[in-house]
Amino acid sequence: MAYLDHAATTPMLPEAVEALTAQLGVTGNASSLHAAGRRARRTVEEARETLAESLGARPSEVVFTSGGTEADNLAVKGLYWARRDADPARVRVLASPVEHHAVLDAVHWLGEHEGAEIEYLPVDPYGRVHPDALREAIARDPGSVALATVMWANNEIGTITPVRELADVASEFGVPLHADAVQAFGQVPVSFTDSGLAAMTVSGHKVGGPYGIGALLLGREYSPVPVLHGGGQERHVRSGTLDVPAVASFAVAGRIAAEQQQWFAHEIGALRDSLIEEVRRVVPDAILGGDPVDRLPANAHFTFPGCEGDSLLLLLDAQGIECSTGSACTAGVAQPSHVLLATGTDPDLARGTLRFSLGHTSTQADVEAVTKAIGPVVERARAAGLS
Amino acid sequence: MTHTSQQPLRVLAAMSGGVDSAVAAARAAEAGHDVTGVHLALSANPQSFRTGARGCCTIEDSHDARRAADVIGIPFYVWDLADRFREDVVDDFVAEYEAGRTPNPCLRCNEKIKFAALLDKALALGFDAVCTGHYAQVIVREDGTRELHRASDMAKDQSYVLGVLDDRQLAHALFPLGDTLTTKDEIRAEAERRGLAVAKKPDSHDICFIADGDTQGFLAKRLGRAEGDIVDESGAKIGTHEGAYGFTIGQRKGLRIGTPAADGKPRYVLDISPVNNTVTVGPAAALDVDGLTAIRPRWCGAAPTGPGTYTAQLRAHGGETEVTAELVDGTLEVTFTEPVRGVAPGQAIVLYDGTRVVGSATIATTTRTAAGVA
Repeated sequence: MAYLDHAATTPMLPEAVEALTAQLGVTGNASSLHAAGRRARRTVEEARETLAESLGARPSEVVFTSGGTEADNLAVKGLYWARRDADPARVRVLASPVEHHAVLDAVHWLGEHEGAEIEYLPVDPYGRVHPDALREAIARDPGSVALATVMWANNEIGTITPVRELADVASEFGVPLHADAVQAFGQVPVSFTDSGLAAMTVSGHKVGGPYGIGALLLGREYSPVPVLHGGGQERHVRSGTLDVPAVASFAVAGRIAAEQQQWFAHEIGALRDSLIEEVRRVVPDAILGGDPVDRLPANAHFTFPGCEGDSLLLLLDAQGIECSTGSACTAGVAQPSHVLLATGTDPDLARGTLRFSLGHTSTQADVEAVTKAIGPVVERARAAGLS
Repeated sequence: MTHTSQQPLRVLAAMSGGVDSAVAAARAAEAGHDVTGVHLALSANPQSFRTGARGCCTIEDSHDARRAADVIGIPFYVWDLADRFREDVVDDFVAEYEAGRTPNPCLRCNEKIKFAALLDKALALGFDAVCTGHYAQVIVREDGTRELHRASDMAKDQSYVLGVLDDRQLAHALFPLGDTLTTKDEIRAEAERRGLAVAKKPDSHDICFIADGDTQGFLAKRLGRAEGDIVDESGAKIGTHEGAYGFTIGQRKGLRIGTPAADGKPRYVLDISPVNNTVTVGPAAALDVDGLTAIRPRWCGAAPTGPGTYTAQLRAHGGETEVTAELVDGTLEVTFTEPVRGVAPGQAIVLYDGTRVVGSATIATTTRTAAGVA
């Protein structure tokens, strides 16, 4: 088995499993006042401090959520509602077109149901939003912008966005900028304070923590309108009893991911480089997606002309190689990726994509398995053609 | 005659989300084949919330198929064949009705999608066969040639909708449900035993791309209202209709003619003329035909030479009729031993030699007993 789909989810770190299981048998609602509650609260707050430190943030800036999707929704919808409530003129939402669906569909929903005017920012052929593009979009009418949202690193093609420069532009106009940093965390240096962002999304299971836990890093001056109303936990922006074991485990995984980021970028990056080199050697017409240099160290994205991504996936799966065509699709029907279409890729070409994403358990053997399989697989998929 | 060969094959199982195809896939896997499940997404769904997304019309069916594949323990994929399906099946369906004929889209789907688009892709990807939940049998003769036969259980037989398959297609077809005497209840019990949640799912009878079963409404939406005359055999106008395409030869209900027939007996659709948008009605006896011509013949093996005697099936779930048939300049000319009532152009005639499917063709014209030629 060669598991090369770490961007979908990565194996939990043993330390995170230990932290999770150690808490599963402990009783305590972190909102309760008695000893059990105090014990749970202490666990949560220590985890908050750990995660904050790992992400270059203050503890009070960490809002735990059920995962990346919820954090993205809270940032996009919550900031939109709050900013529009403060000034009804603020209805423009500026978004990169290469966002994960958790952002893209939330933005789309605001346009359909909340009177938002959605503007998709132009991106270069690597899927990157340039500061000038953001400046142009805001400057056209600064007073009407509710928020802007970009992606720190793209989940499909791995391109890294100059978040700091974009945040500088946004703050010049007093516009809050949100970034989805789910893929960036653990792979590139991520500091919330240094980034200048208003809000930033991270997720537990992408960094070796458990599923169902994530966080929105949120500048203290921002009070998004909640998506979930209730008991007022998490600065009143995210109600719900905290999942203490998941919070504790996420913090452990996040700490290790941050500590090992340089090792990861170097070691896993080298493995990824050899994977790219080998695939291109065996299949010379394979097109590398995303920025060739400024990209996630664990991402290798290819387009294979004349192939259906699903065919490639089926053939590799049959040989025990697990990867993805892009981001997972719940309905199961393969679509040309919106990310590739946004970068100007021909729709037919965009159907023949594969994303190999490495992680902390990847080895040279995984690369060798792909090297051995990819040539015949591409040949066969090409023969099957596009249906 | 030997049984279907059982050496392990790489099999692609078409899984609709229903109980038959799930049990078929499970049986193929149990027989030792290397099975991969695939659900065909055949309809574009513009209502899907996901921006720019296109899903199959029946997310639930695809989910059911995936659940079944997971229980069987086989890989599962959804393939988007919506474009091919629209071109080859739905557009053809509408065009056939527009031309006054009565198409069978299931047959068309087997010919053009399951055992063409799907099979070709499967073969190119290294599979040996496509497996479906159809009730029919493929029998391999000692010389290696393949024959398509009716299912052992005549009541469940679906060889009619597979009659369009030629020997190349048959060579790569696997019908695990066809060779056992199994009632539907037993198939459901088997599904239950295998832990397949689709065991209790109701049968689908309708045309899959007309979810609400309203064929007339579906056609009206695509072809528009076109009022025309309903006439009797003498050509006298006795009513109006909203589109000649909405009728089928032999249809009795829904004619909405105010005045009763002179003899007081029910009237049936005898003829549909799209050219002048006219529907002709008359008594049941006028529906009797004693022969037909059929086009686009396809043979499960070599085309027969000279006239031959066969049993014929003229519609899905129809009975058997004795016929003499001969291929003349590429057209199948068929004479019935006894007159047959209500034969609709556009339907397929499938010829059988006992239980063996000889071939099929699309009915183009019929000849009437009323003309006095017996």
